[in-house]
Amino acid sequence: MMEIIKVGMADLNVTTYPNALTTLGLGSCVGVCIYDTKTKAIGMIHIMLPYSWGVKNNTNPAKFADTGIPLLIEKMEELGVAKKNMVAKLAGGAQMFEVTRSEFMNIGKRNVEAAKKVLQDLGISIVAEDTGGNYGRTIIFYSEDGRLEIKTIGKGTKTI
Amino acid sequence: MSLSNNEINEMYLDVLKELGNIGTGNAVSALAMMIGRKINMKVPVVKMVKLQEVPEILGGAEIPVVGILLNVEGDIEGFIMFVMSQASAHLLVNMLVGTTLNGYSEFTDIEKSALMEIGNILAGAYLTALSSLTGFKMIQSVPQLAEDMAGAILSFPAIQFGGTGDTALYIETEIFEESSKIIADFFLIPTIESYQKMLKALGVA
Repeated sequence: MMEIIKVGMADLNVTTYPNALTTLGLGSCVGVCIYDTKTKAIGMIHIMLPYSWGVKNNTNPAKFADTGIPLLIEKMEELGVAKKNMVAKLAGGAQMFEVTRSEFMNIGKRNVEAAKKVLQDLGISIVAEDTGGNYGRTIIFYSEDGRLEIKTIGKGTKTI
Repeated sequence: MSLSNNEINEMYLDVLKELGNIGTGNAVSALAMMIGRKINMKVPVVKMVKLQEVPEILGGAEIPVVGILLNVEGDIEGFIMFVMSQASAHLLVNMLVGTTLNGYSEFTDIEKSALMEIGNILAGAYLTALSSLTGFKMIQSVPQLAEDMAGAILSFPAIQFGGTGDTALYIETEIFEESSKIIADFFLIPTIESYQKMLKALGVA
C-alpha cells in the first residue's frame, strides 16, 4: 500500500518505494525533492529562507536552504543512496504579493537561487523545476518513478 | 537588548490582546458605519503560533483564502496582513455591497476593491490604536490582495517571522452581523528594530 507522507513548513522527510511525499500550499517557500531511480528512495524539504547566517534562533536547520538541503542529503545517504546517483526537482518560490520593501523583496526568487546554489555545491543536478509566478502550489513526489505532480488553484495540474 | 519572537512573554501578549481589542473595536465601528448595520465582535484570540502550524490556521494549507497586505512605514516599520477564508470574504463583500453572491467564483474587480477598502479600514483602526498607545506615527500603504491556497498566502507572514524565530504573532478576530459570522486572521509583522521599539513604548521591555 502506498502511503503519502506529509512534509510541513520548515520540515523534511525521506521515504522509500512505494511511498510518496507531499507538501501543501507552497507559496514563496521552495520544495526541494531528491531521488534516485535505482533505489527508489525519495526525500523532500520545504524551505522558507535562503540562508541561516545572520538569523537569530536558527534552531531548525530545515527552515533554510543552506542547512536543510545538506541534512536532507545525509538522510538520503542513510537510506543507502549514493550522492552521485541523486537528482533534484524544484517547485515553489512564487511571489504572492508585489512587495515594495527592499529587504523583503521577492524572497521566493532568493529561495530558488539559494536552493540551486546549495545543490550545485553538493554536485547534485537539477533535472526539472516549476518555480516563480504569483500562485501557490501543492506538490506530490512519487518514489515509483520520481515524478513530481504540481497542483494549483485555477492553473491546473502538471507533472514534471 | 537582543530579543526574538520566541521570547515574547505573557505580559507582552496581554498588551497585544488589549491592543487587538481596541483595534478591532475601532475597525468594527468603522465597518458598521460603512454598511449601516449593527455588528458585534468577539474578544480577539492573541497567541504565538509555531511556524509549522501557520498553514493550518485557517483549517488546511490548501483551502482557498483571501489575503490583504499593507506596508507600514514611519516610526514603526513592517507589514499588516489580513487573511480570511473565501466564504468569510464573500460574506464581507455581501455586507458591503448588499448583494448575495452565488458560489465561490473569483472576485470581480469591484469586489476586490471593496475587500481592499476593508483592509484599509481595519489596518487604519489597528494602527490608530497602536499609535494612541505608543505615540508612534505610522503610515499605511495601498493594500494588495491575493487569492490562493492558505499555505501559500500564510507563508508570507510565516517567512517574515521565520527570520526572527520559530513562532508568529497571530490575532484571530470574529465579527458577527445577525446570522453571518466572519473570521479574519490578523498578522502584525514589525521589523526586529520596530518590535523592540514597540515593546519599550508599551512598557514591557
